[in-house]
Amino acid sequence: MAEKEPAAEPLLPPIDADSAPFFEACRRGELHIQQCSATGRLIFPPRPISPFAPHAAPGWKRVSGRGTVWSFVVPHPPLLPWYSERAPYNVVLVALDEDPTVRLAGNLVAGAGAALDSIDPATIRIGEPVRAIFERLAGDVVVPRWVRTSEA
Amino acid sequence: MLRAVLKDAAAIVGIAQTPFAKRLEPSEKALAAQAIIAALEDAGIERSEVDGMASYTMESNDEVEIAKNLGAGDITFFSQVGYGGGAGPACVGHLAMAIATGQCRVGVAWRSRKRGSGTRPWAGAQQASANALWTRPHGLLRPVDEVAMLTRRYMHEYGATREHLANVALAVRGMANRNPHALMFEKTLTREEYLSSRWISEPLCLFDNCLETDGALACVLVSAERARDLAKPPVYLHAFGQGLPAQSHTMVNYWCDDPLRGPAWACAKQLYRTSDFGPQDLDVAQLYDAFTPLILLSLEGYGFCARGEAGPFTEGGALELGGRLPLNTSGGGMSEAYVHGFNLILEGVRQLRGTSTSQVKDAESCLVTGGEGVPTSALILRR
Repeated sequence: MAEKEPAAEPLLPPIDADSAPFFEACRRGELHIQQCSATGRLIFPPRPISPFAPHAAPGWKRVSGRGTVWSFVVPHPPLLPWYSERAPYNVVLVALDEDPTVRLAGNLVAGAGAALDSIDPATIRIGEPVRAIFERLAGDVVVPRWVRTSEA
Repeated sequence: MLRAVLKDAAAIVGIAQTPFAKRLEPSEKALAAQAIIAALEDAGIERSEVDGMASYTMESNDEVEIAKNLGAGDITFFSQVGYGGGAGPACVGHLAMAIATGQCRVGVAWRSRKRGSGTRPWAGAQQASANALWTRPHGLLRPVDEVAMLTRRYMHEYGATREHLANVALAVRGMANRNPHALMFEKTLTREEYLSSRWISEPLCLFDNCLETDGALACVLVSAERARDLAKPPVYLHAFGQGLPAQSHTMVNYWCDDPLRGPAWACAKQLYRTSDFGPQDLDVAQLYDAFTPLILLSLEGYGFCARGEAGPFTEGGALELGGRLPLNTSGGGMSEAYVHGFNLILEGVRQLRGTSTSQVKDAESCLVTGGEGVPTSALILRR
C-alpha cells in the first residue's frame, strides 16, 4: 500500500526580530505598522533603521486596517499543493488608508473563516474599499485577510 | 565634465553557446566549461591567458571550478553579480571595467543553467524566503504571480491590453522561427493561440511566460586595442549601467512611491550618461523577457516611449524585423532559450557582427538589458 502523502501546508512566513511585532499584533486581532519615531512616517516592510531618521529607533503604530485594492492576481496551477487545492484564488495588494505606499498582500475573502476562493475574482475591482480581518494560517501564525468594507 | 573611462575601452571578441534543450545530459559544470572554451576558440585566445571572470551569484559553478577545468593561469579579477536575471549585462560590464582599469586582460563571463530539466526554484519550499515574507504565504508564490500584480495595475492605469502583450509574444516568436538554434524554431504562434491559451496567473497566460531551458553561454572580453588584432570583428562595450532605485524590493517592488517606475529607470539614467547613442539612435534591442510585461516596462524605462505609452508602441509591427525597434532578434527568453538572459548578450554581439538570423541591416548599436523588476543592468554595444 502506498504511503499517505503528508497533508499539504501553507508556506509560513520566516518571522524575525524585525517582523515579530507585526505578527504579535495580528495574534491580538490588530494591524500594526512600523513607524519612524522622529517623523511619524510609516515604514514597510519593517527594518532595524528608519530610512527617514537613522538615529531615531523605529516604533510601531496601530492602524485602522482599512484600505483599497491597489491590484490583484488570480494564480492557477502549477502551484504548491496547499495552494493548488484552493486555486484559482485571488491575491490582492491593499493600499492602507493611512499611507497608500504601504501595500499589504493578502486574500480577499467573503468573511471570517471563509476559503481563499470564496470571492468570485471577476467581481474584484481595483480601488474598492476593504478592511482587515485576522486568520490563523498554521500553528500560532496569524495573518491579515481582507473583506469588503460593505460586508461582515 | 564626466570622464568616460569605460566608453569603447573593451570589446567582446568571442562568443559561444551549447545547444539549448528542455533536457541536456552534461552537468551545469561541463556545459559552462564547454561554452567558455568554445568562446575562447571563437576569439582565438589561449585558455591560459584568461585572468578575469564574472558570472551570477545564482551560477552553480564558481571561479575555482571553472578555472581548473579551463586550465587557466593566475586569475586576478573575479566578480559575481546578484539578482538573477538582473545580472547578465553587469557580468560583462564588470569585466570591461576591470580591463579598462588594468585589473585583468582577458575576461570571460558565462551562465550555465539546467532550468529545463531541474526543479522550479519556488517548488518544494516549506517556508517563504526572507524577501518573500510578506507575499508568498498569501499564495503569491512564483515570479509570474509577482509580475502579474504589477501588470494588472499597469493595465488599469494606462489602458494597456492583452493585445499589447500578445504583440510582444508574437514578435519574439517570429524571431525564433528564423533561428534554428531556438527551442521554438519550428513552433509558430498565432494571436488566436495566444488569446485562448491557459491562464498561469491572471492577467498573464502561458505565452506571457519564458521557456524552461537547459544550456550555457559565454563571451570573452579584451581591451579595444587588443581586439583590433583578433579574428572576429570587435563589438565594443560603449556604455554600461546598473540600477537599484530608492526603496526598491526584488521582484515584489510594491513598497515604494511608484512601483511601475522600476529599476530600468535608474539603470537607464546611468547608461545614457556617457553614451553617444540615445534611445532614438539605437538600431536594435535585446530586452530581458522572462514575462511579456517586462518588455513594456523596459520600453518606458529605457526611454523608447513616454510613461504609459508602451502598449501602443508595440502596435503596427513595431517590435518586428523592419519595425521601429526590432527586439529579441534570436527569440529571447520567451522563444529561443531562458538562460537568465545571457542569450540576449550573445545576440547583441551577432547583430553587430552582422550574423543574426534576423539581421537588422547595417546595425551599428544594440541595447541589451537585464531583468526589470529586480536590481538590474544594461549595456549599449556598438561595432
